[in-house]
Amino acid sequence: MTAAADGATPRPARPARQAPPVDLAALIADPDTRIIVCCGSGGVGKTTTSAALALAAAEAGRRVVVLTIDPARRLAQSLGLEELDNEPREVDVPGIPGRLDAMMLDMKRTFDDIVVAHSTPERAEQILANPFYQTLSSSFAGTQEYMAMEKLGQLRTAERWDLIVVDTPPSRSALDFLDAPNRMSRFLDGTMIRVLTAPARAGGRAGFKFASAGFLIFTRIISKVLGGQLLRDISAFVSALDTMFGGFRERATATYELLRRPGTWFVVVATPEPDALREASYFVDRLSAEGMPLAGLVLNRTHPPASTRLSATRAEAAAEAAAEADDGSPAALVAGALRVHADRMTLAAREQRLADRFTSAHPEVGMRAVPAAAGDVHDLEGLRVMAEALTGPDGDTPTGVPRTRVLPARRA
Amino acid sequence: MGGSGVPTLVRVSPDLPVRCHVVTGKGGTGKTTVAAALALALASEGHTVLLVECEGRQGIAQLFDTPPLPYEERRVAVTRGGGEVRALAIDVEEALLEYLEMFYNLRRAGRALRRMGAVDFATTIAPGLRDVLITGKVKEAVTRRVDGRRVYDAVVVDAPPTGRITRFLNVTSEMAGLARSGPIKTQSDGVMAVIRSPQTAVHLVTLLEDMPVQETADAIAELTAAGLPVGSVLVNMATEPELPAAELVRAAEGRLTGADLAPGLTAAGLPEDAELADALAAEVVEHAQRWAAQDALRARVHSLGRPTVELPLLPGPMDLGCLFELAGRLEDHLGAEVAA
Repeated sequence: MTAAADGATPRPARPARQAPPVDLAALIADPDTRIIVCCGSGGVGKTTTSAALALAAAEAGRRVVVLTIDPARRLAQSLGLEELDNEPREVDVPGIPGRLDAMMLDMKRTFDDIVVAHSTPERAEQILANPFYQTLSSSFAGTQEYMAMEKLGQLRTAERWDLIVVDTPPSRSALDFLDAPNRMSRFLDGTMIRVLTAPARAGGRAGFKFASAGFLIFTRIISKVLGGQLLRDISAFVSALDTMFGGFRERATATYELLRRPGTWFVVVATPEPDALREASYFVDRLSAEGMPLAGLVLNRTHPPASTRLSATRAEAAAEAAAEADDGSPAALVAGALRVHADRMTLAAREQRLADRFTSAHPEVGMRAVPAAAGDVHDLEGLRVMAEALTGPDGDTPTGVPRTRVLPARRA
Repeated sequence: MGGSGVPTLVRVSPDLPVRCHVVTGKGGTGKTTVAAALALALASEGHTVLLVECEGRQGIAQLFDTPPLPYEERRVAVTRGGGEVRALAIDVEEALLEYLEMFYNLRRAGRALRRMGAVDFATTIAPGLRDVLITGKVKEAVTRRVDGRRVYDAVVVDAPPTGRITRFLNVTSEMAGLARSGPIKTQSDGVMAVIRSPQTAVHLVTLLEDMPVQETADAIAELTAAGLPVGSVLVNMATEPELPAAELVRAAEGRLTGADLAPGLTAAGLPEDAELADALAAEVVEHAQRWAAQDALRARVHSLGRPTVELPLLPGPMDLGCLFELAGRLEDHLGAEVAA
């Protein structure tokens, strides 16, 4: 950049790298594909992407369940998800060869179910009534991610579906989904919990006499800050849960391993915005470090122009000419139309530039651009349009621009 | 906008200007950008404003193009008339250690606890504690005086997203599960007094899209129910239609074709190209439909009954110049209100 800006060294004319295409149609139809995880930072359209992919797979004849985390109200309604019973329900899609089930994660309920399944009824009751458990199961950072993993494990074990599509929780960082289960089991199993609950484990308050002076200072400060009741709740919770601890960690590890098994694929979703693409980039690096298979990047909500024959500059100039020749409403309309096109070309150029930047950092990652819908996607028809954009043949677009791109590649 | 008795951006009560501006919004609506622009707007005419970041994202440093902010107040921008914006990224661990030192004289023990991971642990198991510490710091900045003079004319908080805002501000109820007496309890009562007073206003940033508008409506209901002062709705990234109103309606109904545009295009000096005319017509229809959808949401935003400001979608990446441009828009709004 700098060199070229000084004009000292001319930049070699090297065409930007082209992102390879992603064949999502083949991926969802392949009987070996068992799990698809859609991830990305918050607000990029993961839920809609998951639902659209699941619909496309059901239309390709597969028995699919989509696990959504926090769908928009109207989308949830269109999937028949008004009822929050934490179990998959069939979505009524007339005339599809496969079957589509959908569910919305209820994290507290999922957590409660684990507790009930892994302890005696009296114990479970104790745990469920514990105030600390209630905080942990409803507001601990990472519980949602952990429970999404847990639910995924359950759906997989049920063997009722041949494809599970998972939406991931709306966290700021896409990595949270991978990190949360470990963070949570580390936390529940961590030194601090052990120190705090040592008395309970050693058999009630008598245990205190074994504690060191340092520990006493510590509990004193903590209880000043947090209140003694909370400490007692934690202590009671941990001792009640003690038998489940090993189980927790094992389950988290097992589900994590599930994500590395053949048949699992990750689809990273991003909007053409610097922040979203930066997150996508971190995630792609992380997947490759963990040996988890990446299907490709969905570049969601792009704004490809309906024609690329007229550049932004020429459209602007023509808009001015039209406005000058002002002879009433048609001229204003034409000038307006040309400005709409100029804006669209400029926006598309920006989006393409951001996509190119991602591709130069990750040349091996396939890309699929999905144009923004004019309104929100909130019904099956909208999902179908999106499914077509996700799975349609790469070159089959009105402008002939391949679906890996927003604008055509510059001729070298 | 902003008749008497209506909470506005600068005054909730006729006598007392708002000095603590809490900016929230659904993720992705640009609340950090709007908070920064608001701080710049309030700092014009020689005022000193503190911009506070609560979630450790260093978004403010990125916006103002400065190195990551430490846990101390740093000047990030100067404005007309000798005003300035200082920024503070609150580090919850540091804030807790500050408390321990202030109330228990426990600086060294605090450090040791931190090494043990105890501070992290305490703020993790009691998310309310984080909020109490952050809002406590905000309250301290709002009320801080040196030699009898206020240090800050206003404090702008880049607060947690709408889904969490009520809990974040409702310190007293958060404290219910924590210590029920002692300095932290006393502190939280003081914080609540400031937050509920007319010198605080919670502003909501939204886009003209379904989900953000819905969340804004939900948040207003929640805040109101909790007795927290709601300020303005700030519509971010709003676009202007490019067409005359009548044509816009027609296009939105899909009644515009290439044939309507073709003659005008050749008149504007473009070669005859029916395909291009059709493509432009399709783009105009989409533009008009998008705009119609936005307009419906705009009506919904107005029906929320709060003063509303629209900030334009600016082309290109967000930089300091853009922030000043948005600040200019907010200043006009502030000016209009002061005059009202």
